[in-house]
Amino acid sequence: MTGTTYTHAPGFVAGDRPQIVTARFQYEDSYTLERALATDGYAGLRAALSRSATEVHDEVKAATVLGRGGAGFPAGTKWGLTPAGVWPRYLVVNGDESEPGTYKDRLLMERDPHQLIEGCLIACYAAGLSQCFLYIRGEMALAQERVAAALNEAYAAGYVGRNILGSDFSLDIVLHWGAGAYVVGEETALIESLEGNRGMPRLKPPFFPAAIGLYGKPTIVNNVETMANLPWLMRNGSAAYTAIGSATSPGTRMVAVSGHVKRPGVYEIINGTTTFRDLLYGEEFCGGIRDNNELKAFVPGGGSAPWFLPDQLDLPFEGRLIGAAGSMAGSGAVMVMDDTTDIPNAALTLTRFYAHESCGKCTPCREGGTWLMRILDRVVAGQGTHRDLDQLLEVGATICPGDFPHASSERLGLAAVPFPYKMTTICFVGPSAYTPVHSALTLFRDEFEAKLVKRTFIPVTAVSVSETEAAL
Amino acid sequence: MSRLTEDNVRVAHEIISRYPRPRSATIPLLHLAQQQDGYVTNDAIRHIGELVGATSAEVLGTATFYEMFKFEPVGKYLVNICRTMSCALMGGEELMHHAEHRLGIKAGSTTPDGMFTLEHAECQAACTEAPTLQVNYRYRFRVTPETFDALIDDLAAGRLDSEIPAHGTVARIRQHIPAERGVGAVPPEDATNAPSWMTVAEAPK
Ligand SMILES: Cc1cc2nc3c(=O)[nH]c(=O)nc-3n(C[C@H](O)[C@H](O)[C@H](O)COP(=O)(O)O)c2cc1C
Ligand code: SF4
Repeated sequence: MTGTTYTHAPGFVAGDRPQIVTARFQYEDSYTLERALATDGYAGLRAALSRSATEVHDEVKAATVLGRGGAGFPAGTKWGLTPAGVWPRYLVVNGDESEPGTYKDRLLMERDPHQLIEGCLIACYAAGLSQCFLYIRGEMALAQERVAAALNEAYAAGYVGRNILGSDFSLDIVLHWGAGAYVVGEETALIESLEGNRGMPRLKPPFFPAAIGLYGKPTIVNNVETMANLPWLMRNGSAAYTAIGSATSPGTRMVAVSGHVKRPGVYEIINGTTTFRDLLYGEEFCGGIRDNNELKAFVPGGGSAPWFLPDQLDLPFEGRLIGAAGSMAGSGAVMVMDDTTDIPNAALTLTRFYAHESCGKCTPCREGGTWLMRILDRVVAGQGTHRDLDQLLEVGATICPGDFPHASSERLGLAAVPFPYKMTTICFVGPSAYTPVHSALTLFRDEFEAKLVKRTFIPVTAVSVSETEAAL
Repeated sequence: MSRLTEDNVRVAHEIISRYPRPRSATIPLLHLAQQQDGYVTNDAIRHIGELVGATSAEVLGTATFYEMFKFEPVGKYLVNICRTMSCALMGGEELMHHAEHRLGIKAGSTTPDGMFTLEHAECQAACTEAPTLQVNYRYRFRVTPETFDALIDDLAAGRLDSEIPAHGTVARIRQHIPAERGVGAVPPEDATNAPSWMTVAEAPK
């Protein structure tokens, strides 16, 4: 079984596995209300509305739906963190997907906007959120069109708006869209941007969105995929949900595998139990490294995640285990490098990304990221010196003092340093500029050294004047 | 240099009405201005400030943070070629070299006929389909030199006009909330009661 692909869902590969969020992808017209209604659409909403808000909230808590945006915090718990008695409360759905390697939320928005809308309705009902803003990345024209069209259909049919399905539940869902800035994906920056400002992160504390969010009011920020899980959960119940996946990471999870594999693709995998070896080599997944090359390294959870080696292939895709092994599951994005990869150059493509996307609020990120990029650029261009390699680590230590997480390596005799790190910046963009540098330098230092300028210094005292003249 | 047209002012008011505070509409209105003129003009910035209750400096401050807003004319087609890791691993840099040769310009510039602007882009959320590019934010996947050339030919000949609008237009479908169905946005100060469906009173924590 090598998986099924659809021309209408580029990148997505279906397999013989449970489908919680991608079941509708098989239909070419999966984004229409008609198709949604023919395939259980809004049945989860009906199930939710037949119960009290508290019961729905408890069901989500019992299912332990982990956030799919990066941090993996349980959604039900997050909804309970708003201060009691403070209203209004808002939902902001994070569809800003731009973490390097990540490709799943765009598919979920383009292919099944009604599932997303239904998820938002369920969340707002359960947590008492009185308005929902669906923030879609600015560059995603098709996703914006599909969600706009779906919202228009859903309003007209009475699924969104006043007195939904004749109940006393009323909710507006507003489509909002960005204009190109990675850092806006950070939840407090997302809120700043939604208030019409430059999308710069706010300092936590005090600006935890659940307490002080949009317009200073309690705000829940959740990822698109997190919301997309809720309709299935409401239809099937938390016991069915937790029956899939592992105890600590239930359900399924969307994972994009890109880079040097035979069949790069987006897979809905069983959460917590599928290993990286399954993903990279399994016949129903990527089917091995391209051209049957050797695997050199891979990024397990988006550009911000420290790199893994073939040593880590047997780890399951499970947040805690990946954390203990020195990286993070992050946004479900695996980027694979085969043995032809120029490692310093690969690291540069990520460091340049984060340096470029720094919002400039914190000095270690604004200056440090740029320094890292420039020094690395010099090294990749063959003009670096040993001093440059030390300097990369020194600059990194000003962004993240102390031990930095990395994978274990049998070849290098290295033990893993677990996630997370200490940081001197407000958000993770600064540390993320350093992550690829640190991983690459720790695991592949010889490749950097091979690129350094080779100057042979002849001690002055040992050279006679005539020799020097002869040389000229 | 133009302010928003009458029609667009109507659209602007509809957008503004969806938010509890008008300033939240700043970015959507900047897109609207860019859709009208192809880039964001000074007059549009002033006009948006008037509409959302912000100074021109505040609107400009917001606008300049975001990469999609342009403050001088760009080509009819903005070609963004991704250079982040997954695309770089699959030949994104080589694709950019090819594009520069084909269009005869360096990344960051516009062809003399005003048709094409070429730019480096960061991760486009299509990493499994690398190398990728976007033309006015419409995707092309697994691009080769040959498919790139065919794309440029098609664009130049107007064969893709129905799929790819001129620069400035992102989504061609807008959300519209029918008056009789919408709940309506309320300033946060005026919505301090629990929503109607939250029947169980919350015990203070
Ligand atoms: C720099 C940065 C960028 C982020 N980008 C995204 C993003 O594009 N999409 C997303 O859902 N979460 C992103 N996050 C995580 C969000 O801050 C937030 O944790 C998440 O949206 C919460 O949703 P969840 O609990 O459902 O995962 C980003 C975080 C950081 C620090
Ligand atoms: S770490 Fe970088 S991107 Fe994040 S707030 Fe600080 S300067 Fe901005």
